[in-house]
Amino acid sequence: MSGGPALLARSPLARLPDRALKLALTGLAALILALIVYFFVRLVGEAHPAFAHEGVFGFAFNNNWNVSAGRFGALPLLLGTLITSGLALLFGVPIAVATALYAAELAPLRIRSALAVLVELLAAVPSVVYGLWGIFFLAPKLQGSEQWIANRLSFVPFIGGGAVTIPNYFIGGLILAIMILPIVSAISREVIATVPSDHREAALGLGATRWEMIRIAVLPYCRAGIVGAAMLGLGRAIGETIAVTIVIGDAPQLGSHLFGQGYSLAAVIANEFGEAQGLHRSALFAAGLVLFVLTLLVNAVARVLVSRASRGRAEPTPAGVSAGGPQTLSGAAA
Amino acid sequence: MTTADGLPSPLADMEPESRLQSERPQQSDGSQARARIIGDSARLATPTDNAIVTNQGVSVTLRGLRAFYGDAEQVKGVDLEFRANEVTAIIGPSGCGKSTMIRCINRMHEEIPGARAEGEVLLDETDIYDPAVDVVAVRRAVGMVFQKPNPFPTMSVFDNVAAGLRLGGRVRSVGSKAELQAKVESALRGASLWEEVRERLHEPGAGLSGGQQQRLCIARSLAVDPEVILMDEPCSALDPIATLRIEELIDDLKRRVTIVIVTHNMQQAARVADRTAFLLGGELVEVGPTQQIFTTPSDPRTEEYVTGKFG
Repeated sequence: MSGGPALLARSPLARLPDRALKLALTGLAALILALIVYFFVRLVGEAHPAFAHEGVFGFAFNNNWNVSAGRFGALPLLLGTLITSGLALLFGVPIAVATALYAAELAPLRIRSALAVLVELLAAVPSVVYGLWGIFFLAPKLQGSEQWIANRLSFVPFIGGGAVTIPNYFIGGLILAIMILPIVSAISREVIATVPSDHREAALGLGATRWEMIRIAVLPYCRAGIVGAAMLGLGRAIGETIAVTIVIGDAPQLGSHLFGQGYSLAAVIANEFGEAQGLHRSALFAAGLVLFVLTLLVNAVARVLVSRASRGRAEPTPAGVSAGGPQTLSGAAA
Repeated sequence: MTTADGLPSPLADMEPESRLQSERPQQSDGSQARARIIGDSARLATPTDNAIVTNQGVSVTLRGLRAFYGDAEQVKGVDLEFRANEVTAIIGPSGCGKSTMIRCINRMHEEIPGARAEGEVLLDETDIYDPAVDVVAVRRAVGMVFQKPNPFPTMSVFDNVAAGLRLGGRVRSVGSKAELQAKVESALRGASLWEEVRERLHEPGAGLSGGQQQRLCIARSLAVDPEVILMDEPCSALDPIATLRIEELIDDLKRRVTIVIVTHNMQQAARVADRTAFLLGGELVEVGPTQQIFTTPSDPRTEEYVTGKFG
């Protein structure tokens, strides 16, 4: 074995590119983390005067946003964000899941991918275009129907009774519903595609109709993943700025009803940053911080749910017994 | 003896054996299967007051069955009869069309994109490809057990077995909760799983061992009271002990259903099957009593296959 040791000897130089690569990539990854931390710290710093002036809870939960009076209670904005996002989920998720089920389970093979592409094309429309379409086309067309609903439901607090304005919370929710369709639908479709064909065949082999098969074999398996997809959609809806700014009406008071004008956190920042100074500027940063924390929370919950779904544990069992099933999903969605 | 919810079991004082014997209808004239898949409920003899409904199996006859995946012909004109209350094994090398063929018996091949079948599949007298036949009813009359145990992962043991009973709003036709429990218990007993799971009916089905899961799947198909059960290599994912239990079970089950089992394992065919069919390249080479197929086959290709010269 002459020359053996020399053959196997490690050469420090040969390993150098690997080390350099690892170092460089670690550095880049760390940079992103540092950026987020720096971002957060600056946001807190800039927002501090506003929080000091109103108190953290006062800022978030006072119903009084009056720039000229120097009062910055962001409750109307926060609620505007939550109302429009909630409506977006209410309208968007069922349609998105139905589309995903159709594309994954029912559509003829030929049109499945075309359908998927079409739905995802909705994501390619710039949000400002959605806003324009919403305010100049959708809102006037729907005003009559909205008024009809408001009149019929006049006994329901916050929904009925008032005069419908063209820009309002409802239109905001509707536009957001369209905007979250692609992401919710795409992720749902991926989650649905991970259902092993064994389960589908088990149901069909028992004499399940297609809908029964979806109900007993597909949906229970995907529940957590679909909830996760909805949460990611919610994250988008909460952060969406320009489309909402256009259709929500930009009235810094809490709207009296669903079909009245309101405001949202993102919209107020987009509208007021130009002339904001001093405390006003700080208040906008504070609004941004609230928005940031809100989306962070929603996204964190979504990630947990999606990753739990992709581990194949659809839900914790009532008895708290670990299922320990053999099923593992491949490609984690999102 | 009580069920999981503490209700007295109507089956308490009877051994499974005697129950099977005593409650099996005495004869089958073929009208039952026909009534069942054409949805003629008036002619369907269902003893609704009975906790378990047992059937005599029905025969399955293939006439000129051809099956295609796209343009590829997987099954090339097979004529074959599976006799009532017998176990028929289908053997043959990989890709010879065994699985495709049995999928055609309950129209599960229709779930595979691009697959289609020609010819006739008769359940007693009724062609399951008749336009008047409901595919859902076919699959309830002809149950299927798959290669890999596939209990519904989100459901408990109980719900897995009850799944078929709850389909199509049948929970109403099933009647009371006690009746549902009785049917589930009966199906689990039928799959000789009851003693092992009676204390854990509400734990996830996926928590059982592989062999238990497969018997759970058998119980699930028994619960809807099929007349035929198709088994597609039901033991290929199981260890020898679990395999043995399934084989014993198959021997038990043939008194109430007709069984068609696809297997790669020739010892298994020899152990469980009354008759064995040898398939090669999508064609039926030979069918006969198992003993004869393995000892004195009439076709040299069968002899070569069963003696391990190829495949």
